[in-house]
Amino acid sequence: MSVIAPKFRLGYFLKGIFDNAFWILTIVTLAGIPAIQIALFFAPLPVIDGQLLTAFLAFTWLFNPTMQVPLIKALIYSDLFRIAAFPGFGFAVLIAAATIFVERKMLAKLQLRVGPFYCGKIEGILQLAGDGLKLISKEIIIPAKADKPLFWAAPVLFVGTAAAFVALIPVAPGGWVVADLDVGLLAVFAVIGFFPIITILSAWSANSKFPFIGGIRALHQMVSFEIPLILSLLGVVILTGTLNLSEIVESQSSFPWIIFMPIGAIVFFTTMLAELERIPFDLPEAESEIVAGWLTEFSGMMYGLVQLGSYLKLYAFAALFVIIFLGGWTGPVFWPPLETELITEGIPIPNYAGDPILTVNTPGLPLLDKDPNEWVLQQQGELQYTSGQLLVSGVIWFVLKTVGVIFFILLPRGVFPRIRLDMLLHIGWYKLIGLSFVNIFIALGLVYAGVIGPGGIL
Amino acid sequence: MAEQVIPTKKMPPGLQVENVDDRIMTLNVGPQHPGSGHMRIIVKIDGDYIVDADPDPGYVHRGEEKMAESRNYITNIPHLERPVIHDSCNILYPYVLGVEDLVGIEVPERAKYVRVIAAELNRCIYIQYWLAIYGIFLGHSTMFMWPAGDRELLIDLMEKITGARVTHAYFIPGGVRNDVPANFEDVCLRQVNYFEKRIKEYADIFYDNPILKARTEDTGVLSREDAIRLGTTGSVLRASGVDYDLRIKEPYDVYDELDVHTNVLKAGDSYARSKIPWLDMLESCNIIRQALEKMPKSGSIRTKLKPNPKGREDEVYRRVESGRGSAGCHIISRGKPEPYRLKLSVSSFRNLIALPYLLKGEKLGNMPAVYWSLNYWPVEADR
Repeated sequence: MSVIAPKFRLGYFLKGIFDNAFWILTIVTLAGIPAIQIALFFAPLPVIDGQLLTAFLAFTWLFNPTMQVPLIKALIYSDLFRIAAFPGFGFAVLIAAATIFVERKMLAKLQLRVGPFYCGKIEGILQLAGDGLKLISKEIIIPAKADKPLFWAAPVLFVGTAAAFVALIPVAPGGWVVADLDVGLLAVFAVIGFFPIITILSAWSANSKFPFIGGIRALHQMVSFEIPLILSLLGVVILTGTLNLSEIVESQSSFPWIIFMPIGAIVFFTTMLAELERIPFDLPEAESEIVAGWLTEFSGMMYGLVQLGSYLKLYAFAALFVIIFLGGWTGPVFWPPLETELITEGIPIPNYAGDPILTVNTPGLPLLDKDPNEWVLQQQGELQYTSGQLLVSGVIWFVLKTVGVIFFILLPRGVFPRIRLDMLLHIGWYKLIGLSFVNIFIALGLVYAGVIGPGGIL
Repeated sequence: MAEQVIPTKKMPPGLQVENVDDRIMTLNVGPQHPGSGHMRIIVKIDGDYIVDADPDPGYVHRGEEKMAESRNYITNIPHLERPVIHDSCNILYPYVLGVEDLVGIEVPERAKYVRVIAAELNRCIYIQYWLAIYGIFLGHSTMFMWPAGDRELLIDLMEKITGARVTHAYFIPGGVRNDVPANFEDVCLRQVNYFEKRIKEYADIFYDNPILKARTEDTGVLSREDAIRLGTTGSVLRASGVDYDLRIKEPYDVYDELDVHTNVLKAGDSYARSKIPWLDMLESCNIIRQALEKMPKSGSIRTKLKPNPKGREDEVYRRVESGRGSAGCHIISRGKPEPYRLKLSVSSFRNLIALPYLLKGEKLGNMPAVYWSLNYWPVEADR
């Protein structure tokens, strides 16, 4: 009996939304807010408007209209927020989770299936949470003859390295990056170089045959594809004259580099698939040949951590492609500026009968602007866009482009079979390296012919 | 001091502990391995090359032949189809033909056509299942889902005819168990036409895929001479350039009245071996359409048997072209209601004999492609 998905019904859909909202609110109230309150006792808190923020004051200020904007602003511009939430780990995990959901539903549609459907009631949106709970609750089994410290360390190191990669990715203009290095691209190459080491370490420490073969395959694949990966990005470095990723993005304000170097983009995309071990290059995890490759002996949350790391890596690679070839956050600024009346005259708060009883004046209302006086300059015509406007539209452009690239990374999984190791090495050493040299010569030709140089068209 | 004697424990093959300085690594592919069936292949590899492969079937032995000796000719039917439940009509066909010879009954004309239609539908169901596994063995998940989904069309059709989705037990000596439903001709024609349209799309995503071609062409090449010498049958034999199809060479029932073409490819590699069953499915659709046209619209579908029929004192051997190759049944009768000895000669076991020859010298990555292209079903080989 074939299973047919139930038809869409608005009532059930709304009930699903309300149910989810109810449970989220319940959990946040009963567990989330007390946990935050406890954590605030131990956290170093900032001084806002000459007053020291304490854990007792935190929630009072949060619901005080005059204090909440400066409070949120102080939070956003702290280092912890930068590392844990926005351009760093939390943002990347959110995109990785969305990627897993989109991958499952998209592949299902391609293969005439339904995909995750019941968990979370709305198109199986909580399936990932369910999988995570299952993985956490499972027993972790370690092979008897494994090298235990290394075997335990490998998944943690994998996630750590992926997070280090994420930390180098600039997301929006104005230094929205965890680590803004002048040698950003070089640091990216250095971080990518760690992945084969971790892979072979975990494969060797498992002391089992199939992980060992998988690890050797991963080593072959990653080492031979790292050379075209690095060479394919050198063309852009020659044209821009910088290794700083933010500056590479700023150099593409008028046109993206993919227009001048499509060959480099194709080579980088192919090597990206190989580095991510995705079909057609998933030889280290080839199921029908070597069970699950180097992941065979991982169980429970250790396997979950490796999966988390690989999806973080996927986001980071897609973001790197966007930064280098598609112009990162550059694009038309469409976010409107704040209304003048709102800032100068304050926000009237009415009572139950509709008569305004209180007018709240919040000087720090331009929430996302670095300097609260930027809107004044904008009013006077000295500044075209405030940094808040640039941030919001920049992030939206960046996320749209990244999601587009991720879509093209996911697509081959439904279309191609797996290739063989000798074909893989042949592609890596003969074709991709040759093509990336062609790309470098194109870049040099453009520079010496005087068509283009560091900083744009000459 | 006396020399210490280390007792050497005799271990089954594949579990031996290797020397550390040995170049050869032994891999147990199966029985708990996603790339094996219900069997084990003991593979010895040197780097990425297979130096030795030893197929080790027998994990799902049921003793069908011994069971048949203590049951009469009718009660044998439901258990003899168990080795290949998804090709149940074709594995039962030679037994039914042999019993009809022994008992000496005639089959009505309409029943012969119904049998041909059911056998060809079942061949398609089997090949779809096989193709789905071939797809996932090569890492092509879409080719796993599409055949498994399209297979449902024909399974629904078989359910309408026989009442069961997989284990039909439909062929009996003297005809078929029950008549087809009233509007069967129209429904069958519509479903088969749609099915043919669907499987033609597989060429776009699978058979014409450049990566698949580069991967499976020139791997596991079985020459024409070797294919004949090793005794392979069915799609493996026809992929090596031997034009041998029992539906044409030894026509049974009404296959001589139908226009049956056979598909032969010369290459003998994994790609050709995987393409032949797909071409067979397209040919099956043609056969079904012809049979639906020529089938008598009314008439008996079964000659009544005596309650406990006794075979004459003789032995018969009948064989048919199943989804994998020739499936034969040898029955020795001593005039009793039960067969004295029953022997199933199945193509899976005969095709498996070629596996060590084909895997030797191949790369490890080619193992699933070569193994599953032999059109092999482990349960049938063990019987």
